[in-house]
Amino acid sequence: MKQGSRLSNMKKSTKTNGITYLMLLVAFIVVQIFTATDSMTNLIKGLLVPACIYIIMAVSLNLTVGILGELSLGHAGFMCVGAFASSFFSVCMRDVITSEWVRFPLAIIIGGVVAALFGFIVGIPVLRLRGDYLAIVTLAFGEIIKNLMNVLYVGLDSNGFHFSMKGTTDLGMEADGKVIVKGALGITGTPRDSTFVVAFILVVITVFVVLNVVNSRQGRAIMSIRDNRIAAESIGINITKYKLMAFVVSAFFAGIAGVLYSHNIATLTATTNNFGYNMSIMVLVYVVLGGIGNIRGSIIAAVILTVLPELLREFSDYRMLVYSLVLIFMMLFSSSPAMVNFREKLSLKGKNKSKKEKGVA
Amino acid sequence: MFKKILSVLMVVAMVACLFTACGGNEDAGKTDATTFKIGAIGPTTGDAAIYGQAVMNAAQLAVDEINAAGGINGAQIEFKPADDEHNAEKSVNAYNDLKDWGMQILMGTVTSTPCIAVVEETHNDNMFMLTPSGSAVDCIRYDNAFRVCFSDPNQGLASADYIAAQKLGTKIAVIYNSSDAYSSGIYEKFMAEAKVKNLNVVAEGAFTADSNKDFTVQLQQAKSAGADLLFLPIYYQEASLILAQADKMGYDPAVFGVDGMDGILTVENFDTALAEGVMLLTPFAADAEDKLTQDFVTAYKAKYNEVPNQFAADAYDAIYIIKAAIEKSGATPDMSVSDLCNAIKGAMTQITVDGVTGLGMTWTADGEPNKAPKGMKIQNGAYVAM
Repeated sequence: MKQGSRLSNMKKSTKTNGITYLMLLVAFIVVQIFTATDSMTNLIKGLLVPACIYIIMAVSLNLTVGILGELSLGHAGFMCVGAFASSFFSVCMRDVITSEWVRFPLAIIIGGVVAALFGFIVGIPVLRLRGDYLAIVTLAFGEIIKNLMNVLYVGLDSNGFHFSMKGTTDLGMEADGKVIVKGALGITGTPRDSTFVVAFILVVITVFVVLNVVNSRQGRAIMSIRDNRIAAESIGINITKYKLMAFVVSAFFAGIAGVLYSHNIATLTATTNNFGYNMSIMVLVYVVLGGIGNIRGSIIAAVILTVLPELLREFSDYRMLVYSLVLIFMMLFSSSPAMVNFREKLSLKGKNKSKKEKGVA
Repeated sequence: MFKKILSVLMVVAMVACLFTACGGNEDAGKTDATTFKIGAIGPTTGDAAIYGQAVMNAAQLAVDEINAAGGINGAQIEFKPADDEHNAEKSVNAYNDLKDWGMQILMGTVTSTPCIAVVEETHNDNMFMLTPSGSAVDCIRYDNAFRVCFSDPNQGLASADYIAAQKLGTKIAVIYNSSDAYSSGIYEKFMAEAKVKNLNVVAEGAFTADSNKDFTVQLQQAKSAGADLLFLPIYYQEASLILAQADKMGYDPAVFGVDGMDGILTVENFDTALAEGVMLLTPFAADAEDKLTQDFVTAYKAKYNEVPNQFAADAYDAIYIIKAAIEKSGATPDMSVSDLCNAIKGAMTQITVDGVTGLGMTWTADGEPNKAPKGMKIQNGAYVAM
């Protein structure tokens, strides 16, 4: 803010961020109006929370992939950790803390913090690697988490918690005990606390934090690592610290998305579709289609790609076929040179500016 | 700046279109007063598609038969299947979509985990739900939900009792899928009951969905322990691999399976000679001689050109069970979803249905069916009652 050039620079980012916030606000108001007038179908009503969940996932992954520039294929693993940790907490505390206004925020914090902790633990060894190697290790991490959850049995009785990797019979519980985590059956009976308003607030918080990180001193350090690691190191930037910072923040929000997920449906199991590589790749698709490093793009892509397959139910058996065709066309639309030129002409005035903005929007 | 505002406006317009377009469907969702709208949810795409497709095919077959014969109390049935990809989240979406269509009764869901998620929704809406094959205990935790198949613990219990009563083996080995709710559900109850019945379980091998191709380790373990009976509470695809690999190892124990084993004779490139002597506890066998089964199998084969499996049989029965319950309760299509549910729910405990998965099926208020599993043995490439 001291110098003119910096001021105008700030202004530009404030302007683009403003549009992002405005977009969220408008979407929120539109949804509220439709809810108030009760003119929304059950399908769309049911999709509101999932859309928010995937926005959070996409935006948080964008921090790792777009801003830090490291390909992470284990993002669903953090979501899984957050989901299970918070669900476990909620099921245990269901009778102790009856007010969901106390229990759910606590669950959100627990889910986020546990996921961040895992991000930290995984990040220390993993972030020493680069490129493909990092991608492979994060992929493995996601799978390990998923498989661990599938064999984990936890029960609670008057003597406290019992853990096992073998089965419920192996827990050795008293007669009054109840099994909370049942291996492949996962956790059932999580209170349904996720509402659209809570989910939306979390989306805003996620976007706010990520955008602020990007436009902060730390964010510039993180981007300098992405753009030229050696140069960044040579000017005294602590590479490990900043990489870890981005990774942990990203994991934290993935954990929060997991909390929303687990408190939105009554059953929580770790399968390939919801917490395995399928989901990780899915979220990566949101990020890539929305534009790597482009937060607003991630939001739009996440919403469209969550809602689209459901709206395509008309096509019944050909649904997934149509969906994949749409994906291909979207990819062509968002990144083919002709389309990029066209969009630049449409939305930007000068050539200089377009060059500048290519870094981070 | 102008263009940016324009772009924001366009986004707004787009979002608005999205919602209004959907809002427009609302009217179509109103109850049609002359037909029963039965929705079905199951995985017709994805890894579990084979189960979902079988269910949808058989249910469609049953619906067509009933409609051709004059419907339920004179009212025709409208049937709509929805895909859930064997994913709890998608299953709830499918349920919401069917609700928009005007569904009054749910036949589903096919697989257990999504079923647990959906039962929560049907309970909130008080919609009658009959799952053909959701076998986990929690699938029907509320009083609006019933099922056609056995619950997992029931199968484990019945298997252990059957093995003990028939003295099928002295040393038993179990290989199960620890990542599958169905398999681990049966396994757990089996182990508990085995203790009660003093069955000697010498080896337990687990595998997961990610490692379901090579079973030599588990088989070696069973072989070294000297097991003479192999209990396989798993689906037939994996069972066929286990049989082939055991044969390669020169290990030939007696094999006992549950209803998931049904279908092993139809696996492609599987030498059915290996399945000789395999015993299984199943309520349905496509080769059964009775007229009901024969008619169903013939009709199914004629329409879909394949032999119906366990899931198809459950779904076929499910539609006829719904019909019987509606007839008993005297419910009419113009009743609200909730009234319909209460009426059918009450009738479910009073009806007795003869179906392809059992004769004289009755239900208790908690939703569990009462029917006897049949012990079957594969001889000369066909099921024979034991």
